[in-house]
Amino acid sequence: MFAYVIRRVFIGVILLIVMSLVTFVLFFASPVDPGRYACGKNCSPAQIEQTNKALGYDKPVIEQWTDFLKGVVVGREYPDDPALRAAAPQLVVECPAPCLGYSVVNSVTVNEELKERFPLSLSLALAALLMWVTGGVLFGVIAAVRKGTIVDRGIVALSLIFYAFPAFFIGLFLLKFVAIKWEIVPVPVYTPIAEGGLGLWLQGLFLPGLTLALLYMAGYVRMTRAFVLESMSEDYVRTARAKGLKSRKVLTKHSMRAALTPLVTMIGLDFAGLMGGAIITETVFNYNGLGKLAVDATVTYDLPTIIGLVLLLGTFVIVANIIVDVLYAVIDPRVRVG
Amino acid sequence: MSSHDPKTSHEQVPAGMAMPNEDVLSGAENAPDDAASYIAPVSRHAATMGDPNAKAILEVKDLKMYFPVKSSGIIRRTIGHVQAVDGVSFQVPAGGSLGLVGESGCGKSTTGRLITRLYEPTAGTINFDGQDISKTSARGLKPLRREIQMIFQDPYTSLNPRHSVGSIIGAPLEIHNILPKKQILPRVQELLEIVGLNPEHYNRYPHEFSGGQRQRIGIARALTLQPKLLVADEPVSALDVSIQAQVINLLQDLQDEFGIAFLFVAHDLAVVRHFCPEVAVMYLGKIVEIADRETLYNRPNHPYTQALLSAVPDVKQAAIGGRRERIRLEGDVPSPINPPSGCRFRTRCPLAQEICARVEPPLLQIGKRHKVACHFAGELGKHPDKPVTAGLLGVDDSGTPDPGASPSVDVGNEPGFADTWFDLERRTMASA
Amino acid sequence: MSSFLSVRDLKVHFPTVDGIVKATDGLSFDLERGKTLGIVGESGSGKSVSSSAILGLHRRTSAQVSGEIMLDGVDLLKLSDEDMRRRRGKDVAMIFQDPLSAMHPYYTVGNQIGEAYRVHHDVSKKVARARAIEMLDRVGIPQPDRRVDDYPHQFSGGMRQRAMIAMGLINNPSLLIADEPTTALDVTVQAQILDLLQDLQRDFDAAVIIITHDLGVVAEMTDDVLVMYAGRAVEYGSCKEILTHPEMPYTWGLISSIPDVSGDTSAQLIPIPGNPPSLLNPPSGCAFHPRCTHRDKVPGDLCTTVLPELLPGTRTEGHLKRCHLTNPDVVYEREILPEIAPDLVEER
Repeated sequence: MFAYVIRRVFIGVILLIVMSLVTFVLFFASPVDPGRYACGKNCSPAQIEQTNKALGYDKPVIEQWTDFLKGVVVGREYPDDPALRAAAPQLVVECPAPCLGYSVVNSVTVNEELKERFPLSLSLALAALLMWVTGGVLFGVIAAVRKGTIVDRGIVALSLIFYAFPAFFIGLFLLKFVAIKWEIVPVPVYTPIAEGGLGLWLQGLFLPGLTLALLYMAGYVRMTRAFVLESMSEDYVRTARAKGLKSRKVLTKHSMRAALTPLVTMIGLDFAGLMGGAIITETVFNYNGLGKLAVDATVTYDLPTIIGLVLLLGTFVIVANIIVDVLYAVIDPRVRVG
Repeated sequence: MSSHDPKTSHEQVPAGMAMPNEDVLSGAENAPDDAASYIAPVSRHAATMGDPNAKAILEVKDLKMYFPVKSSGIIRRTIGHVQAVDGVSFQVPAGGSLGLVGESGCGKSTTGRLITRLYEPTAGTINFDGQDISKTSARGLKPLRREIQMIFQDPYTSLNPRHSVGSIIGAPLEIHNILPKKQILPRVQELLEIVGLNPEHYNRYPHEFSGGQRQRIGIARALTLQPKLLVADEPVSALDVSIQAQVINLLQDLQDEFGIAFLFVAHDLAVVRHFCPEVAVMYLGKIVEIADRETLYNRPNHPYTQALLSAVPDVKQAAIGGRRERIRLEGDVPSPINPPSGCRFRTRCPLAQEICARVEPPLLQIGKRHKVACHFAGELGKHPDKPVTAGLLGVDDSGTPDPGASPSVDVGNEPGFADTWFDLERRTMASA
Repeated sequence: MSSFLSVRDLKVHFPTVDGIVKATDGLSFDLERGKTLGIVGESGSGKSVSSSAILGLHRRTSAQVSGEIMLDGVDLLKLSDEDMRRRRGKDVAMIFQDPLSAMHPYYTVGNQIGEAYRVHHDVSKKVARARAIEMLDRVGIPQPDRRVDDYPHQFSGGMRQRAMIAMGLINNPSLLIADEPTTALDVTVQAQILDLLQDLQRDFDAAVIIITHDLGVVAEMTDDVLVMYAGRAVEYGSCKEILTHPEMPYTWGLISSIPDVSGDTSAQLIPIPGNPPSLLNPPSGCAFHPRCTHRDKVPGDLCTTVLPELLPGTRTEGHLKRCHLTNPDVVYEREILPEIAPDLVEER
């Protein structure tokens, strides 16, 4: 198992390196001059050239890419050009390893940007995950057990309704009505745990988390229902019943354990995807998460930020996948061998 | 009722989470469908007779298939091999049948797949109709695919549910550009009729047919290109008893009519006895005994063959009270990754002695059409006390090399039978 | 004095959107302790559905079960769900066809066997485990104290079936139902398992029902045989009587469609034409009539219009058959036997 994880991590690192290269090449293959964008609209050609030098855009793409990789490993300093650094030592920015670059648009290192946004996105994704998995599995199992009844149909229909509504609608509805008009919960404001403690943190995450959870829950209800129904017709469930086990025990010990295994894969991938993908929800609640950062960076052509985001989110997907595989082996003994 | 959507045949199960596993409610067996209720004409047959002088259409020599086993370390190295097939030689006569029997994991199915070149053998030759096909490239195999076809075990999974029966059967004709498009349909209908299906049902889908009928479709597909050799891998073991006989008899009809040779891979010794005039018994990747039907079933010389035969319940014998004594084999088949030294059967063999662990017994011809790989070969209850093979192999009775002895007979691993053989009673060479 | 197990007019019907599937339609039989009944039939004949009904495995929401199943004087069909559950696995146990899919892949063999014990006995996990080891040993698994912690996939097919038997017998049931217990196994392993079942039956003095399509298994294992077709018994009697003097064309068909490992090679293999019928829309009259080749011996259209009763055959009182033929014994001796067993005919 350990060797397997090492092998997967190794492959993951190679994948990240390739991803960074692809992003670099794509970026420079576009007809836009990045230096021009970084410098601003009214820059003179000389100023643009200086910006290019400061950020290393004057070098060939491959060299920029190796500089970037070096920065990730040992850190680097900005401006990139040594002559510029010598000319104005007070303006030199330290970017310690793992340095993901410097965003001229926001005048800050990419690491700083990500560090600021990351906790919010992670918290939001976690809160949503918790709600949609609990709700999805619970309602899915209920629907499966009550298959064909009004309860079953109600659950499936309701989850479909939420699935059909766009995120901005649910988000806006929760914000404008539940929070502002009816004042059932306070208007959500994100407060890190370090500042406001657990209570405020949770309060800030409830509505935006619920928005995302309602969206994702539909799929999980339907999948849980299908998997539980499928596992109920398995031979080993019949065996369990033939032993004389109570139906509740048959359901929880025999049927559900097998039914929920495939959900683990989905959870891992959905969670990783949500880290940078909750753009609409973040916008509705005016939360500065990674999703919003990504949109802003794309609009302003902020190459370093985009690359940093791609790598961070890529890492998340890879790590989530490894965790899922390990979990699988923990759940299913058949996977453990080899 | 032919409007059944592919999905519904399985969903007409009543709200059935506790449904018994039986096919009652799920299979097309019971679909109220006229495709399934079409009654095909059936034929009856006695056991097939073989022609011992027929030329071999397939000659397999020293065939080996080793599948690598990878380590689970950080770098995955090959740490061993599953010796699925290990030095198998046999012949299939043109228009005749050879049965390949053995228990699961003995390598019989792998052998079948090697012949159809679904795998590339690790070593050995496969001589088909005068041409060695063991190393032929994928491109070179295309014409070969017309000559050798395969019938699979599971009629439920070996047919694509989204294709109509007509396109399943007609596909080979199109792929190999054999017939112009216009003539494909008449040919498909002709084939359907040959295998006993209603020729008007060419536009139906596999789920509309019962298990036995699906197996007929699989057979029709295999027949499309008029092959010379059919590899049948457990062709009837997934079918109901009454349907099994229909399919076996159909195969016999086809063999009579088109002169197709069969390599018949099965675990059911009774079915093989009925279908194959010649039978090879495999154990852990090797042939342990090969003989004509009468010899193998009435006078088996290998203790494994004897155990295997004694384990088969014999309905007619049991019914009149004549139950034979079973030879109990203890334990399970050892792993093919690390097979026992010497004779592979020795770990479960009631006759095993020292020599069996030291020296592998050669597949020795001991009769006109009879070869056996055992140091103590003999009919049940008449096994010799001393190894019959010691002199031939240049070893003493315990299996240690005997410098004084000179091997008297050349024991190769040739396919087919020689005109002279080793006489077990007299311990000398004999001939007819 | 009624039998230990007495099933009367058992019906298992499944309502579906297309109509009622009569999987079992009026089945009756008796079985004593220490005796073995073989239920023979092809897929869809209703043999597994009937045995699941004895175990009370059908859910009331999907199946309508009626009739009477008297086990040791108690009608199982009259019990409440909870009372039936208490008996399941304790008085009546079942072993299934494919032990790989019938055992949960995520739990160890010992856990699953011990669970069967703990359901009906208020003991600790440790005691249950010890009991599981004891049973594994009893069914012939080597090193049971080590193998008890293995997962099912680490067992070979034969060992899994042994473990399955251990699970079925751990509560010392008085009725054991074995549903195709050897179908998924190789012949030498099948022989081991059949031997084991016979040994255990002697020790436990249980009544055993073996459900199978394999007449070979029937011949070696059973005292009585019930042949089922399309949800009904078509022939019922002692094993020897049924296999040597069958009186129903379907049974003839079964016997003549299996080749033998010994005997005359000139014996004919005679299949039953056609396919098993639909249970949703079974044929009128005798359900076997569309496939029956002896229909012309019955006058008029009796076979296609009137369902024959299950009546005593021509030879012995206990031999019942469902067929309109008046002289089945003669037909069998003259027309069937010479074709399928020419050597036996000479002996007689």
